[in-house]
Amino acid sequence: MSRKQRLELIRILIGLAVFAAGWCVPDTLCSGWAARGVFAVAYVIAGWDVLWASLRNILRGEVFDENFLMAVASVGAMALGDFAEGAAVMLFYQVGEWFQAYAVGRTRGSIAALMDIRPDFANVLRGGQTLRVDPEEVQVGETILVRPGERVPLDGTILKGESTLDTAALTGESLPRPVLPGDPAPSGCINLSGLLEIRADKHYGDSTVARILQLVEEAAERKARTEAFITRFARVYTPFVCIAALLLALTPPLLFGGAWGDWVYRALTFLVISCPCALVISVPLSFFGGIGAASRRGVLLKGSNALETLAHVRTVVFDKTGTLTRGAFAVTQVLPAPGFDRTTLLTLAAHAESASTHPLAKAIVAAAPSPIDPAAVANLREHAGRGVSADVHGRTILAGNAALLRANAIEPPADALTLPGSTILIAIDGTYAGAIVAQDQPKEDAKAAIDGLHHAGVRKTVMLTGDNEPAARAVAETLGLDAWHAKLLPADKVTHLERLLNETHATPKARLAFVGDGINDAPVLARADLGVAMGALGSDAAIEAADVVLMDDRPSKLAAAIRISRGTLTIAWQNIIFAIGVKAAILILGALGLANLWLAVFADVGVAFLAILNALRALAISPKEP
Amino acid sequence: MKQSFRLKGLDCANCAAKLERALAKLEGVEHASVNFLTQRMSLEGDDARWDEVIASAKALVHKMEPDVVMA
Repeated sequence: MSRKQRLELIRILIGLAVFAAGWCVPDTLCSGWAARGVFAVAYVIAGWDVLWASLRNILRGEVFDENFLMAVASVGAMALGDFAEGAAVMLFYQVGEWFQAYAVGRTRGSIAALMDIRPDFANVLRGGQTLRVDPEEVQVGETILVRPGERVPLDGTILKGESTLDTAALTGESLPRPVLPGDPAPSGCINLSGLLEIRADKHYGDSTVARILQLVEEAAERKARTEAFITRFARVYTPFVCIAALLLALTPPLLFGGAWGDWVYRALTFLVISCPCALVISVPLSFFGGIGAASRRGVLLKGSNALETLAHVRTVVFDKTGTLTRGAFAVTQVLPAPGFDRTTLLTLAAHAESASTHPLAKAIVAAAPSPIDPAAVANLREHAGRGVSADVHGRTILAGNAALLRANAIEPPADALTLPGSTILIAIDGTYAGAIVAQDQPKEDAKAAIDGLHHAGVRKTVMLTGDNEPAARAVAETLGLDAWHAKLLPADKVTHLERLLNETHATPKARLAFVGDGINDAPVLARADLGVAMGALGSDAAIEAADVVLMDDRPSKLAAAIRISRGTLTIAWQNIIFAIGVKAAILILGALGLANLWLAVFADVGVAFLAILNALRALAISPKEP
Repeated sequence: MKQSFRLKGLDCANCAAKLERALAKLEGVEHASVNFLTQRMSLEGDDARWDEVIASAKALVHKMEPDVVMA
């Protein structure tokens, strides 16, 4: 509670006490004017600032100012003779205002705490001394020290020391990450165990932590359609209610001989509920809470509009490599031809591939049964797009695709050409010796990610990849994807995406999300209704290009984010319907003379109160499956 | 030119909405956004008259919400 809020609260409490005292003054005293006097004092204590603001605003010509309308309603009630009612309207209006400010302050605080990843200082090594400086003052290339319990202040590389890093604030991942010299140290992580010496790779302003904070602060500026609707509604609501009040006060007495006091009183109930505050506060508050709930789990939403789109996602298109799969090949099958054994085949192939940088070659080298002996390799030659040839231990080895073998007059058996995954064919001394299959393995949570999306109401999951068909099919079938398209060039991906977009948009409101690593698929990411980049910790390009950023590389986070967004939207619409419903009911009851000012002010403050409490639930939405 | 400001003391959503509309109408302002939750305001507008734009925005904020400080 701020100082200003505390003072306000004290003022309201004094007002309430004086108000209560007013009821104790006997009605007969000075023919009722003593009690009225006390109520008037309570009224002024509670509402002088409202009266002052209304005066100021009316001089500026702003008639639809809520202060002015509240002043008219309460003064009107007193003019009609009921001082207690006038004071009550003002008091409870102020109680409502105070609560709104308090609730918003609390939410602001808890979201700020959630995003409290800003490092306060950096220990920089300069001239043999450790200096404690502002992170912004550290230059690229300088060495910083991070002690256990401290936050990594800017992005760097570990020079010295072993430790574990807590990345929970950035990724939502609770398992600490072990780090060694040479590993990157993303800013915002907390060093848990050992002293680390880190070389600063980036300025603070370009570091992960600064970029995330900027993103979160700017997120609120991109408003959702629901929010825009509320803003438009609020703009016409107040004038509409005021004009209705004026008509209600004037028409029946002038045209139908109604009693002035009765109709003016009915019109005053309109003015009491003329502020659209409950809506204007609770809807953005729900979105803000939803964005906070997602960021706590390592999902950054670049605005309320992204959250809203996410809730309507019905088609999810994935890139394969690095998104659904690990992006690293591993040998999954070794198929020696008759007369050759597995160990010989792998050993010779690994030696032949030992100098190659191709991902498949690296997988074979990693699978070698014994260490590579570089002295055993001679006459190594790379055949671009085909493979390699080399002499290993005096034997001539060919390792590559069918074209390489055929170029050497060796015809591989037909069944070796249709294996799932990427196949390397091996020939030894001019004879076909067998095949080695390497596959890009699906990520551990990829299956759970697809299942989770289907559970969350996603109708279609599609994989687009530049890889060959057997490799794509193997992944798609393991994961249970609804469709897949292989051997795509970047331009083909866009074409497929366009088609899928048309298909998705055939259902009203349905939206399409594309999930990629954000580096190679920028055009597709931009073309989709919602671009999702993953594994963004340390990748600027991904953060820039996407609408939704998954801080780690777990695709299952997307289903969690969809759940949070759905929950948030539900809460926002509950508030919209509830608030408009109650206001409409009071307008009808007020016009019929069935609602008095007490009921109106309680309904108005109550709606705001409940809508705010409901909005705060968005912060605590659990992304778990029901 | 685009710049963000903090609006200290902004604690009423409807005031924020009204402020946003009024700021957008200022000469030299192309886009204005006020968020009462983050207590931030962002202005986008004419580079050539940027100082003028900020000064008039400050005056407007002070006139409409005397309790709010723009920083």
